[in-house]
Parts: sequence; C-alpha cells; structure tokens
Amino acid sequence: MALLQVQNLSKRYDKEKRVLSDINLEVRKGEFVSIIGPSGAGKSTFLRCINRMIDTSEGEIHFDDVDVMALSKRELRKHRTKIGMIFQHYNLVSRLTVIENVLHGRFGYKSTWQGILGRFTEEEKLQAFNLLKKLGMEEHAYKRCDQLSGGQKQRVGIARALIQSPKLLLCDEPIASLDPNASKVIMDHLQTISKELDITCIVNLHQVDVAKKYSDRIIGLNSGRVVYDGTSTELTSSAIHTIYGSEAGELIME
Amino acid sequence: MDIAVFQKKKQRMTLFMVILIGLTLLSARMTDFDFLHSVQTLPKALSWMASNLVVTEQALTKMPSILDKLIETIFLSITATTTASVLALLLALMGSHTTKINSFFGSLSRIIASVYRNIPIVAWALILLLSFGQSALTGYFALFLATFGFLTRAFIETIDETSSSSVEALRATGATYFQVVAKAVIPECSPQIISWVLFMIETNIRSSTLVGILTGTGIGFAFDLYYKSMNYHVVCLITISIVVVVIGIELLSNYVRRVIL
Amino acid sequence: MTLAKSDLLFDLKRNHAGKIKIKAWNKSQVVMAGTFVMLLLLTVYGFLTFDYKGISMIEATAATLHNVKLMFLQPVLSHFSLAEAMYQLSLTMGLAFLSTILGALLSVVIALFAAKNLAPKAVSNAIIVMVAFIRAVPTVLWVLIFAIAAGLGSEAAIIGMVFHTIAFLVKAYAESFEELDEGNLEALRASGASWWHIVIHAVLPSTVTSLLSWTFLRFETNFTVAVAMGAAAGAGGIGFELFMASGFYFDLREVGFITYAILLVAIGLELLSTQLKTRYLKSSAAN
Repeated sequence: MALLQVQNLSKRYDKEKRVLSDINLEVRKGEFVSIIGPSGAGKSTFLRCINRMIDTSEGEIHFDDVDVMALSKRELRKHRTKIGMIFQHYNLVSRLTVIENVLHGRFGYKSTWQGILGRFTEEEKLQAFNLLKKLGMEEHAYKRCDQLSGGQKQRVGIARALIQSPKLLLCDEPIASLDPNASKVIMDHLQTISKELDITCIVNLHQVDVAKKYSDRIIGLNSGRVVYDGTSTELTSSAIHTIYGSEAGELIME
Repeated sequence: MDIAVFQKKKQRMTLFMVILIGLTLLSARMTDFDFLHSVQTLPKALSWMASNLVVTEQALTKMPSILDKLIETIFLSITATTTASVLALLLALMGSHTTKINSFFGSLSRIIASVYRNIPIVAWALILLLSFGQSALTGYFALFLATFGFLTRAFIETIDETSSSSVEALRATGATYFQVVAKAVIPECSPQIISWVLFMIETNIRSSTLVGILTGTGIGFAFDLYYKSMNYHVVCLITISIVVVVIGIELLSNYVRRVIL
Repeated sequence: MTLAKSDLLFDLKRNHAGKIKIKAWNKSQVVMAGTFVMLLLLTVYGFLTFDYKGISMIEATAATLHNVKLMFLQPVLSHFSLAEAMYQLSLTMGLAFLSTILGALLSVVIALFAAKNLAPKAVSNAIIVMVAFIRAVPTVLWVLIFAIAAGLGSEAAIIGMVFHTIAFLVKAYAESFEELDEGNLEALRASGASWWHIVIHAVLPSTVTSLLSWTFLRFETNFTVAVAMGAAAGAGGIGFELFMASGFYFDLREVGFITYAILLVAIGLELLSTQLKTRYLKSSAAN
C-alpha cells in the first residue's frame, strides 16, 4: 500500500497558466524520491500541495489513507504534523535558540495556549536534545540561530521536522544555499533518516548528480508535467535532455 | 540609435525641469512669496535671533513651570504611542500578507490605516478640543489617532519583510494561528517594533507641541503664552528644552537600536 | 533517575525548578525586555498623573463621536464656495511644493559636505550635529520664530518649513551618498578627476533616483505640515479654513468637508510616493 497517492493533480494560479498539470504518482513508505527539473517547473508548488500549504485546483491526494482535499481546518493541522518540511532558506526563527526552534516542531500536538506559553514536557525537551546530538548539533543547543552557519541551520531544520515524528519529509531545495561539504552532510543525514527510521523523503533538487547518488527513484518535472519517473540508474542522458530541454541538458551532462 | 535614445532622455529631462520651474513660479505667485525679499529677510531674522533669543536669568525663574509642562508633553507622547502601538499591532496582523486571516480583512485594515494616517493631526486636535476641552485627553487622543495609522503601516511592512519564512515553516508543522503569531512573528519583529515605537515617541514630542499650541495644553501652550506676550527669552528657553528632550530621546533610542537590531 | 543520566548524556542546562532550560538570555533580549517594561511603567504612570480637568470620559467621548458623525456623514461647505476651497487647497500645496523644492536644492549642496565619503570628517560631523539640532525643533516653532522677524504669513511659513526640510533631507541625501560604491569613487580619484567632476559625473547621476524619492516623500510630509502651519501659524491655505470652521464658526459639517479634501490629496500623494519608493528606494524610509 502506497503512503502517498497523487491522482490527476493540477494547479493553476490564473486561468491561462498551469503550474502543475495532471500529475499521477505513488510513493511507498521509506522511499527516497528526488524531484528534478528546471526552475519554474513546479517543483516547490508540488511539494506544498502535499501538505496543503497551497491549495490544488484539481485532482486528489491521499496520504496515509486520508483524503487530503477533504480535510477540515483541525484535521489539516493533524495531517501536517505527520509531514515534516525542510526549506532552502531553513526558515528558522532566527532570534530564538536552537533548542526552541527544534521544539517548534511539537506545536501541531499542542493546544494553542500550551504553544504560546512554551509548555513543553521534559520528554519532549530530551527528545530534542537527542535529535540534536544525532545530527551533531548538541553543543549549539543554546545558541541563537542567527549565529549558525548554513549547514548548521539546515540541521536544526531537520531536527525540527523529525521531532514531529513524521511519516514523510518534504525537502524543498535543502542544499541549494549550501557549499559542497555542508551539502554532503545534509544529504547523508537525509539518507540515514530514510533508511534507518523508514521515513519517506521527497526532495526537490537542482543537482542531477546528487539526485542520482542518493535517490531510490527520480521524478523529472518540466512545465508542470511529469516527464520522467524511474530509478536513478535508469536516468539516461536522453532522459535528462527531456527534463531540462536540450541545451541545458548538454550543460548538465558536461 | 544611441544618440536618439540620449536625445529623448535629454528632452524628457528638459521637460521635467520646465515643469518644475513652472510649478515653482506658480506656487511663489500664489503664496505671495518673494525670493529676493526672503533672501534679504533671512540674515535680518538670523541676527535678530542671535541677539534676542538668549536665555536670561529672569527667564530661568520660569524653569519649574516649563519643566512641568514639558514632563506632561513627554508622558503624553509616550502613552499615546504605546497604547496606539498595541492597536496598530493587532491591525497590522490583520493587514499583513503573511498573517492575514482573509483578504477582505487584509484590505480593510490597510484602508483604515491609510485613512487615519492621512487625516491631519490638526483636524483631530480641533475636533477633540470641542468636547474634551483643554484637558490632557485632547492631546492624547489626537496623537493616538495619528500614531495608530502610521504605526500600522510600519508594522505591516515589518511583518512582511522579516517573518514570512518562519511563519511558513511553523504553519507547515501544524501550528495554530496564534502559535505562529506568538512564536514566529513576535520574536522576529519585536526589535523593529520597538525601534518604530521609539521613533514615534520622538516624533510625537514635536507633534504634541503643535497640538499644544492649538489646544492650549502642554509645552505648546507655554510656548504660545510667552510668544504672544513677546517674552522671547522664555520662548528661547522652551525651544532649547524641547531640543534637549528630543535629542536625548533620539540618542537613547539610537543606543537601544544598536543593541537590539 | 533517568533525568540525571540525561544530564550526563547531553550538555543541558536546568532552571531552579529542575526543568530543562530552552531559553538563553543575551544583551539584546535584556535591553528589549528592559525597554518594554520601562515603556509599560511610564505609560501607567502617565495615565495616573494626567491633568484630566474633571472631564467626564463617557460624556466627552459621546460628544466627540457625535461630532465625528456630523463631520464625516454630512460634509458640506457653508462659509465659502467649492472653487474657494479648491483655491485654498492648491495654496497649501503651493506652500508645500515651494518649501520642498527650495529645501531640496539647498540640501543637495549641504549633503555633499555632510557625506562621510565625500567631505572631511570634521565638516561632515559639524553639519550632522547642526542638522540634528534644527530637526529637533518642531517646524511650527521655526515658523513662529521666523514670524517675529518676517511677520506672520506665508513667507515665515516657507522659511520655517525650508529649514526643517533641509534638516530632514540633508540626513537622507547624505546617507544615499554614503551608500555609493567606494571602489567607483576611488577609481575616479585615481584617474585625477576633481572633486566637482566626481560629484557631477558619478555621485549625482547614480543617486538621483533615490534623491527624488526622498524628496517626494518629504513633499508628502510637507503637505501635512503646510496644513498644520495654516491652522497654527497663520500661513493661510486650507489649514486656516479648517481652523476657522472648527474654532470660529463651530461648523462641523464644513470641518468634515475640508478634512475629506485634505484626506483625498494626502492619500493621492501617498499612493504616488509608495510607487516611487518601491521602485527606487531599497532601504526603509523611516529613520
């Protein structure tokens, strides 16, 4: 049984232009899926449709046997707790400490007042420290986030997503603002998460080589359509040409 | 080609200049403003100021009563600014693209802010004077209404600029609206908000002088009183004390800004 | 004793109640909290000590609301015609325009000597201090002070407004100049260009959009100031009519009409200025 099923998904912002058109796919539990494609292909929009940060125009999404389109506001909150999200610009609250930012991942489980007053249980705090330790960040726990490097910020972002106890991680260009070393650290962590914790990862990526190295499966998007869906070994240069258009394809293949 | 573009630019420039000069002459004519006469007046005025606007010992005896009025004015601008900022923050949360509940309330709060900001403080002061008389409340409400409009716009811009990314992240974790506001918007925006509030307190001391002249309250009233009785030494003393207060607050808020921003 | 074990495992801090701490205080947060508490206390103290002159809050508020209703729901002109109102409005705009343009011209020159990258440090500092002093004096006081020598009227108003405009624009212009790329200036200096050459061919062309936006922003402010000067310092124009309608004729419907007219112009100017600002000004227009 698939964890995520997407059927005939379309999204348009105005009448003329479709950002996503007719997307059909299924993602299994524990799968590591990369989405590649040129800028403006609709990668970010697609990710945000899955946790309904953006509302879709047509089609159906089923996640964990729940019809995502039919969720009420309260149910949507619950749905989002099961899906962690990681951003290109980390999206941390930069003036708060690392540990506070990690604990923000627990808001979906709390009442409004518990959240506003910052009432976290000792177990939750310990879990947060535990995650930071696993990510090699525990010594920074009491630092303000604006004092961290990009790679460190992204690891805080991952910890914030993991403390939600998610079944799925949506990663929107997680390494696009990082140097190669930090990128490797982040991608290795994401791979471990998918393999060891059996959490499904859907990762938007710019770099084809990174996608080939880490993913079980690659999905190619162009102009809002799925133009490739297969394993990373099957991703041939001609497939890359269809995804990126011929000229850019040349550049990527070197 | 290049020359044509260049000439067109030059033509537009010339047209712009001609319009500006035309408007200047028109304005001068309408307001009976005589450039030459003003240039002649200015040195006279400045030398008169240098010789007459001095603080004498006799003027200093008025200091206690001036200080009284000055303190009233300072508190007026502080209370008006702080209370207005609370209302402005609520309205800004409704009006900001990042945190608005829906687009109807979003536009509504932007319109309210714009209207209140653009009704001149003079109009408020004159209307409030009719029912509140020469009490501190006249000044308080006049400052409050103008400040609240101004701060709403400032806060909306602050929220949109500084907190949209962390708001997205918190919404994605399943946080409720008020959790997002309390844990992302407020921590990210509070330095800017405090900075704007301090800026507005400083501005309001000047505005409340104006309001005071119109409504007979605070330091503006004291100024008007001695101005009309042509006691220019005290006028000078009052002006200097306002300057000291405004610059003092400016320095203090610059310090706070340096530390928190 | 799992908690004690966790203390060994992680480098965590506990508060006096034994709970794990998640906040860390630093200077910036202390100053923010301090400022907040101070403002709160001053606000409470202010309300406790105001001279309310025995005004009944409820009665006065009700009366004001009644007045505001009259103003905004039944605006009408009674003491002068629409044409006269338009004329007075344009007179006020004329005051604002004249003081802005004169102020801007003088400010450009003064700002060149106030920018740290263009002028000697001593000169720049002296100008900045002087300008801060002028800015600290409310415009209405400048106008009234000049009126002693020049007589109450538009001349004193314009001179006073020009003074304050200069104080504002010199700071804004100088900051725009200081944002210039130091490398560009250095290259020109190295090529032997004179100071005036640098100003005319590099400094002014590359900052002209930002200067214009600041100037327009000031025009917007000066319109409001001109209304106020009409009401409080005998500068004439729509502000004076507002003062007469409210303080002399007690005609609230006319006050309403005048307020609407001012509001319309002010919002128009604001829309224009926002357009200019988003297009040309990167830094915020606040300070």
